[in-house]
Parts: sequence; structure tokens; C-alpha cells
Amino acid sequence: MTGLRLSIEGVRHAYRDLTVLDGIDLIAEPGEVTVLVGPSGCGKSTLLGIAGGMLRPDAGAVTVSGDIAADCLNPLTYIFQDFALLPWRTVAGNIELVLGKCATPRERVAEVLALTGLTAFADAWPKQLSGGMRQRVGIARALAVRPACLLMDEPLSALDAQTRDLLLEEFSAIIARAQTTTIYVTHNLAEAVRLGQQIVVLSRRPGRVRDIVRIDRPLAGRGARDPDLLAIEESLWRMIRDDAATAERERIDAPA
Amino acid sequence: MPRLNGPVGFRGGGFAPRDNAWASAATLLGLVALWQLAASAGLIKSVFLPPPFAIGAALWHLAISGELWKHLSASLVRLGIGWIVGTIFGIGMGLGVGLRSAFRSPAMAVVAALFPIPKIALVPLFIIWFGIGEGSKIVTLAFGVFFPTVIATAGGVDNVQRGLIRMGQSFGLSTWTIVRSIVLPGALPAILSGFRVTSSIAIVLLVAAEMIGAERGIGAFVLSAGNLYDTDNLLAGIVVLSLLGLAVAWAIGRLERLLLAWR
Repeated sequence: MTGLRLSIEGVRHAYRDLTVLDGIDLIAEPGEVTVLVGPSGCGKSTLLGIAGGMLRPDAGAVTVSGDIAADCLNPLTYIFQDFALLPWRTVAGNIELVLGKCATPRERVAEVLALTGLTAFADAWPKQLSGGMRQRVGIARALAVRPACLLMDEPLSALDAQTRDLLLEEFSAIIARAQTTTIYVTHNLAEAVRLGQQIVVLSRRPGRVRDIVRIDRPLAGRGARDPDLLAIEESLWRMIRDDAATAERERIDAPA
Repeated sequence: MPRLNGPVGFRGGGFAPRDNAWASAATLLGLVALWQLAASAGLIKSVFLPPPFAIGAALWHLAISGELWKHLSASLVRLGIGWIVGTIFGIGMGLGVGLRSAFRSPAMAVVAALFPIPKIALVPLFIIWFGIGEGSKIVTLAFGVFFPTVIATAGGVDNVQRGLIRMGQSFGLSTWTIVRSIVLPGALPAILSGFRVTSSIAIVLLVAAEMIGAERGIGAFVLSAGNLYDTDNLLAGIVVLSLLGLAVAWAIGRLERLLLAWR
């Protein structure tokens, strides 16, 4: 098994007086997919930001342990909800940007473009691509650095339903093949049960770990209409439904 | 109860003006033709406003005598050096304002205090500081170009999506790579828009500086022609300035097309 073990211990975070996370303890095991779900504003994206070192927690710590591949350029790598592609760089240029320390960037770009079915679009501008294709570029860019841990912040939420389903299958295949530790934030419970091996349910703000649901089934065999997964999805919804309704009523946009 | 009965009237469209190069050219040519006709009919006295043909003839004589190139080359050198110096320092300070908290407020206070000062009023001071030669003229231009460049660059940097910068940080890119590959290209549309403003300011200041103590340069030539009531040459000089402005605007347009092809 490859990948990092990522431990989150006693994490608390507030935006000024608004506490969004409190006492979060969590372990993402090597090669496993941990999905964070919870009502709007419960701090899922904040927790992901803290996990990858992009936000400083007010209390607690995040530690990683484990071996990483010799050619890994960026152990903790994000895939963004809004793709975060540079519009002034081509598809290949966007990927090449993050390969500064790679000895053979061209070869690696070609490899990930082939892996994500983007070879024919290497010279295209991001504006020429559909949302789904742009997110593929985001995935290719993330894979190009040989990450030991993938941090995905609602990567499918900006896409239409059909594209989302197609990309979800690709995510599932890529993650299963790479066996990379993954933390995946979503508000979509169907995505959570399709990808998650450990589903962490956060309570409404301030977010605390309310429950952890394990699904010990290989990703490859999980279908959209699998009755067992639908049952888990239903139980997750029951768990967060009241919180989600309350959070919606109380909603105050926390700063990103 | 009111009833509706009939086709739905169109109420969309409009608010989408389009450029028409032919209309622009035809308008300018039409105005020049009208001007020539009025002068030929004796409606305009040539000592006050010479007709286009007379201005064209004056330009031709200036060109073949070498007088035009003598003045134009002196002006272009001043314009080029002054604009480049002001732009380099302006972009540098604009980046500092856009990227560094410690720099932002002090620098913007200085910009806010000095930007509104008419730079022409500073020409005598610059002559005292830098002498009557090229130094004072170039500093005047650079000073006039500097402040709008700072404001355009800082605004451009402010408008770069922070998500793109966070992306760069999340991939471990160095600060220099983030500035070079994310911040500067992201701010480039605003910086290039600033170029349009600063190039016009530079031409205005060029003429003003050349009118105060210069032997060569289009500004000096226009002033000298005015002193001699030589309105043909005076307007020929003004036409040269107008053409210079058009050429600079065209060059910036080409630069935008080249550098902003991704838009």
C-alpha cells in the first residue's frame, strides 16, 4: 500500500468570532478514500484547507507519515471545485507549470494527458473546454506531481449531472488504480457512498465529527443503483437532514 | 379583468455597439474634406486655420528637408526613455502595492498625494534639479507615466483571482514563479489598459517639456512655428503628434492581441 497516513488531531478553527470547526480528530489511512460530508457551512472545505496546510488552525495539528514515491513533486495535492486553471496557459502549459522540479516535464505532461484522455487538447486554451474537460485538466495536473495524498474540494459540484456521473466513474478508477490516500469533500451523498471507504459526517457549525461510516467494499464494484449503497446514503441523509435544515435557516457565509 | 390578446412584441436587442473601421475612416475623411471645402470657399482664413492641403504641403517640405526627422527623432527618444523608465518603476511599485501589506498603505498614500499634481507644473522644478537638458524632460515624462502605471498595476494585481494564487501555493510553487506565472499575466490586461492612458499622458508631457527649453523636438517646433505665426508648420507639427498618438495606440492594440490571445 502506498500513500500517506494523515492525522488530524484536536483541530479548531474560527473566522474571527465564528467558530467553524471544533475538536476535530480524524485519521485518513494510507490508500484509503475519506469523504467529508455535512450540512452547508459545517467547515468541510476549511478542514480540507487545514489538512493540506493552506489554512492555519487555531488549535490542533495535522501530521503525515509514510513513504512517498521518489518522483513525487507535491505530496499533498489539491483538486479544486472551480478547476483553478490559468486561462493564459494552454492545457499542457497548465500542467507543465507545476512540474518545475521534474527532470522530464514534457514526458510527464504527455503521460497524464494520455491517462485522462486529453492528448488531443494539449494546445487548447481552458476557455475552449467544457467544465468536465477543465476538471480533467485539473485531475491531470494533480496526477502529474505524483501525489501521495489527494485533497479534493467538491470537484464535481460545478458540473452538470451527466458530466458529474461520468467523471465520478473516472475518479473512482483513478483512485482505485493509484491507491493514493484521498480526502474528498462533498455535499452530495451519492458521491460520498460511491467513493468513500470512510465517510466522516460533520455536525452543523461549529463542525464536529458526528459519526464515521465505513464502507468496506472495493471502489470498482460500486454502482449508482447498488441497493446497499443506497441504504447507506439514506442513513447518511437521515443523520444530517435536521442539521442541514437548521444550517440553511441560520446560514451566514463564512469567509473562504 | 385585463385580457391579453395578440403577438408578443420584441423588446430585446441593442446595447451591443460594434466597431466599424470604414465608418471611422469615412468620418475623418469627411471632416477633412469639409474643412478643405470651407477653406477653398474662403469661409476660413488660412492665417487662423490653414486648409488640409497647405498642412500636407508643409509636412512634405518638412519631410524632404530632413527637419521633420530631426525633431521627430529627438521627441521619440525622449518619449521612449521617459515612458519606459516610468513604466518599469510604476509596474514595480504597483506589484509591491498589490502584493505586500507593509508596502501597500505607505505607497498608496504617496501616490494619492502626488498623482493629482499637474506634472507640467513640476517642469520648472525638474529643470532646477536636473538641468535644462534631457534629464528634466525625461524625468517629467517618467513621473507622469509612473503614477497611472502604479494604479493600473495595483488594480490588476488586486483583481487576480486569489484561487489561482492559492493553487500555485498548494503545488509548492515559489513566490517568484507565482508572481511571474500567475500574478503578472493575470494583471496584464489592466497593465495594458494603463499603457493606453500613460502613452497619451506621455505625449502631452513631452510637448509641454519640449516647449520649455528645447531646441529640438516636435513641441519645440510647434512653439517656434507659433511664435512666427507660421500656422502651416504649427498644424503640421500637431498632425505629427496626432499621428504619433495613433501609431502608439495601434502598437498597444497589437500588443494586446499578441499577449492577450487567451481571452
